[in-house]
Amino acid sequence: MLHTVNKSPWQTPNLDACLAHLGNERLLLIEDGVYAAVARSDAAGKLEAPARDGRVYALGPDLEARGIDTAQLAEGIEVVDYSGFVQLVAEHGPHQAWL
Amino acid sequence: MSEAMDLEQEGDIKRFMFVNRKAPHGSIYALEALEVVLIAAAFDQDVSLAFLDDGVFQLRQDQNAKAIDMKNFAPTFRALEDYDVEKLYVERESLAERGLTEDELIVPVEVVDRARMGALMAEQDVVLSF
Repeated sequence: MLHTVNKSPWQTPNLDACLAHLGNERLLLIEDGVYAAVARSDAAGKLEAPARDGRVYALGPDLEARGIDTAQLAEGIEVVDYSGFVQLVAEHGPHQAWL
Repeated sequence: MSEAMDLEQEGDIKRFMFVNRKAPHGSIYALEALEVVLIAAAFDQDVSLAFLDDGVFQLRQDQNAKAIDMKNFAPTFRALEDYDVEKLYVERESLAERGLTEDELIVPVEVVDRARMGALMAEQDVVLSF
């Protein structure tokens, strides 16, 4: 299945709640959720295991809006555009949004 | 606003601090705070801005909110100088937790530690929180 997180990891515990339920499923970071993907942040370490498996994605337009260059992302995190978001939902549904 | 107008007439300049703790595009807080800062500056008050917690993200360089069809307001921080708003305090610990450095910010700021930030808040006449 596909999980999405749209809040900053410093603002809410939603990323932690999601990761506790992620298992071997996929995670897409959107909106303020993308801040967790910055390699030098103290949140990126939480994503290390699923990112290593290629199961963590970040939405490109939300990165661009926030001034985050893809070169700053933690290793293994894949950037997708809006059609990539749709494809993830279509291929890996159901979708759980951790709002 | 009528209170602020009275203050000006009395020549009584108060210290206003705007405390920014939210990331810029996930909610309207950051943009609204900036609007109020510009209003306060127009009344010749002693205005300072504090950026802590996720508020530090507001000052990040190279933001392009057009990518998500939002108003790209970060460049407005560069215009604050023209309104004599020159006191921008950024919390050191908040930057470090988020993997940000001072040289990645869009404007020159004064980086202060948590203790100093708390002391700056305590020195104000009015603190407005966003």
